[in-house]
Amino acid sequence: MNAALLPSHIIGADPAEKSFLLAVEALTVSFDGFKAVNDVSFYVDPNEIRVIIGPNGAGKTTVLDLICGRTKASAGSIKYKGQELTKLSESAIVQAGVGRKFQTPSIYDDLTVFENLEISFPRGRSVFGALTFKRDAEVRDRIEEVASMIFLKDQLLERAEFLSHGQKQWLEIGMLLIQDPELLMLDEPVAGMSVGERIKTAELLNQIIKGRSVLVIEHDMKFVEDIAHRVTVLHQGKVLSEGSMERVKNDPKVIEVYLGH
Amino acid sequence: MLGDYSLGDLSSIFVMQGFAGLILFSVYVLMALGLAIIFGQMGVINMAHGEFMILGAYMTYLCSGFFQTHLPALFPAYFFVAMAIAFLASGALGMLVEWALIRHLYKRPLDTLLATWGLSLILQQAYRSIFGAREVGVELPSWLIGSVQVTDTIEIPINGMFVMGVTTLITVGVALLMYRSRFGAQVRAVVQNRAMAGAVGIDTERVDRLTFGLGCGIAGIAGSAFTMVGSTGPTSGQLYIVDTFLIVVFGGAASLLGTIASAFSISQTQSTLEFFLSGSTAKVITLLAVVGILMLRPQGLFTLKVRR
Amino acid sequence: MIRSTSKPVVNDNPFMKPMEWVSLALLVAVIFVLLPMLLDAFRLNLVGKYLTYSFVALGLVICWGFGGILSLGQGVFFGLGGYLMAMYLKLEASSVENTKIQSTPGIPDFMDWNQITELPWFWKPFQSLPFTLIAVIVVPAFFAFVIGTAMFRRRVGGTYFAIITQAIAAILTILIVGQQGYTGGINGITDLRTLNGWDIRTDSAHAILYFVNGALLVGCILFAQAVKKSKLGRILLAMRDKEDRVRFSGYQVASFKTFAFCLAAVFAAIGGAMFTLQVGFMSPSFVGIVPSIEMVIYAAVGGRLSLFGAVWGTLLVNWAKTTFSESFPELWLFGLGALFIAVVLAFPNGLAGIYRTYVEPRLTRRVKALEPAPAVALPHAAE
Repeated sequence: MNAALLPSHIIGADPAEKSFLLAVEALTVSFDGFKAVNDVSFYVDPNEIRVIIGPNGAGKTTVLDLICGRTKASAGSIKYKGQELTKLSESAIVQAGVGRKFQTPSIYDDLTVFENLEISFPRGRSVFGALTFKRDAEVRDRIEEVASMIFLKDQLLERAEFLSHGQKQWLEIGMLLIQDPELLMLDEPVAGMSVGERIKTAELLNQIIKGRSVLVIEHDMKFVEDIAHRVTVLHQGKVLSEGSMERVKNDPKVIEVYLGH
Repeated sequence: MLGDYSLGDLSSIFVMQGFAGLILFSVYVLMALGLAIIFGQMGVINMAHGEFMILGAYMTYLCSGFFQTHLPALFPAYFFVAMAIAFLASGALGMLVEWALIRHLYKRPLDTLLATWGLSLILQQAYRSIFGAREVGVELPSWLIGSVQVTDTIEIPINGMFVMGVTTLITVGVALLMYRSRFGAQVRAVVQNRAMAGAVGIDTERVDRLTFGLGCGIAGIAGSAFTMVGSTGPTSGQLYIVDTFLIVVFGGAASLLGTIASAFSISQTQSTLEFFLSGSTAKVITLLAVVGILMLRPQGLFTLKVRR
Repeated sequence: MIRSTSKPVVNDNPFMKPMEWVSLALLVAVIFVLLPMLLDAFRLNLVGKYLTYSFVALGLVICWGFGGILSLGQGVFFGLGGYLMAMYLKLEASSVENTKIQSTPGIPDFMDWNQITELPWFWKPFQSLPFTLIAVIVVPAFFAFVIGTAMFRRRVGGTYFAIITQAIAAILTILIVGQQGYTGGINGITDLRTLNGWDIRTDSAHAILYFVNGALLVGCILFAQAVKKSKLGRILLAMRDKEDRVRFSGYQVASFKTFAFCLAAVFAAIGGAMFTLQVGFMSPSFVGIVPSIEMVIYAAVGGRLSLFGAVWGTLLVNWAKTTFSESFPELWLFGLGALFIAVVLAFPNGLAGIYRTYVEPRLTRRVKALEPAPAVALPHAAE
């Protein structure tokens, strides 16, 4: 790894000494010549909560898409625990331990809450494995455990279609939780929630982030301040600023972008 | 098989077969153009497209008969009238079908496919009941018959050039309509964002109906051109539907240029191969090549990388 | 771990619900008891022929209903199964003894008519019955695997897949018709007589084959039910709805789609082989675009999500076809066309949907012990 690539202000971020959970370097993707993500580099430590903020169209969601393999990078590398992700398929990336929550709740409407969680249980992921998958005590207990964490214990047999918007968001978080990923990526987890749901979600997130790294996209600054260890600001596909919330808030470049126009 | 011919012979063969394929190419282009508008712009699979074409062919047949018996003096010009009527008849039927059937199914493309297949069966049976099961042919005016001798070995059929000319005109017209007119802009706006287009005051239902009607109308003109190469029967259209869909998909569904290039390469490959092999083998090889390429490059020949 | 008794009883996921057992019993009773009692040998053989189509419809329920993959080329697999079986039967019928008037005795008659003097290499293995039986399953499965892998890996689905499979059906038909010397051409492979020495043309043979066919069908239904009940069945449903989510739950979506497509192909091939045995010939008219899409309508009429519906839908449409096309041939095409439209516009869940909406509520009111079946949603076409 090339230390010269790193922004100098990253605290204790010397790649030669530390092993990162996720190292994104010189990541670039262009659609028809438009560079949605342009030479982006950042590093996430084990157990770190990193929040990505930035104005609309800054490339935040695209960065998550690139990490989880939904979009293929034009250039650059994404290393997860030393393993190059840009060459892996989406399912292999998930199996390596990266989980992703989408911006709009992405759950299976036709299935029950129980079945939604069951599909995400990390066992029997091959065709043959799925055919012979047994719903044993381990599966049931884990599902019930997660269901009570995401406040859906009493809705297990309900079809997911009939849940409220907030409940659907929780269900998707639960589906990720049951995968037990080491790196959890959340795209606007509290967007569109009522105040009550928002408080509960913050509580839920605080509970589930223990023991794993989390990459969050969020607009709600109060929420960001509450949870972020470090913040990366993206603007027009590039990293504008990075550091603690305090540092980023006082960075003149960031103030310019958010307030300058 | 190529060894038996000299280079000069071969080039003559390619040119001759190329022109022999002109009418086929024109029918393909016109069919595919209509389908590209319906499928590429609206995402609707119209399995009855061949039957809309055959409606145009029957209209041409009726016109030919009418002018022969009632207006023999104007017979040389009847083909222009026939093409206009073919366009109007197929277009009107298309708009009716859009209103009665298609508009209920915009969110279910696979179901549209089944419903329009049902429609094609009904139309086939209707043609059989009205025009009889036997194939009919049209009388061409004398100026369309014969061919022009270009060199000793190359001659070009006149009707081929005529159809080619008509096809070029229509293609240019469609391109102008879709990319230069207000209507075209509306169509593309509806395709990209139906809700937004509606919000800015575009009558999306009317645009849908006219777009579908336009696609079907062009198929009607294809039917007119078709009468010059083949006789018209109730099920003649069905033979073309798979080829046409392959052309549209092969060309990259949203690209008019791609559609034309793909119609050209497919019809020319087929007609060139037909000279050396039996018709069915030529067809199998052509279709296999197309399907094989589509398996490797499903987005077709001409598409842009777009963000999902 | 000790589970507290206050926990809700979570979805014990039985192999079949009580109503499904009733459906199975009803189907078995009709196929194995009622129809053989009521129908003469000719009509029973006709029903047997229809039932071979229901294998295709059954496969489409898995592939299209559950997986959202509409194949318009199922005739290819029905035809492959049928042709492979016919090749064996034809070779047996073309013994040197039977064909001594030919210029080359010992080869099928249509080869002789086409001036072929030696049995082609790809016909030779079909002198063996075990090889043929294995090929009937393996060849279509392999074919489907290649098509499925090529297409699904590249994320081709929905209408594109439908068009390409339809093109494949067209290609195979043209190929069979064009290569008369090797395939029997437009007439197909006809004049089939014996299976390993057993005359399949007699009424008693027809009756036995009918029951074998019925047993195979029930076997396939049970297998399909096992797939439906497994996690794989739920993944198929989930994929139809939110393909990306399944992918990001760590599944290779392409493999699951390929599996569904292969399973449908194998079912269709079994149906095709049984068709050849019961009807005594195979021809390209069961391979092409028209029969392939007609088989889709069987599944749609029965209810695209219902395994039993597939069988009833096939029987109903074919019964109507036979009745109408005998007496009012003109009306039949209008009727079939209208059926395609009606089943899409008015009854997207087919017979099974009508049953669930109108019949079942009345039944369950009387039989209190039975749980109501979950409402079945209209499948969204996977794009």
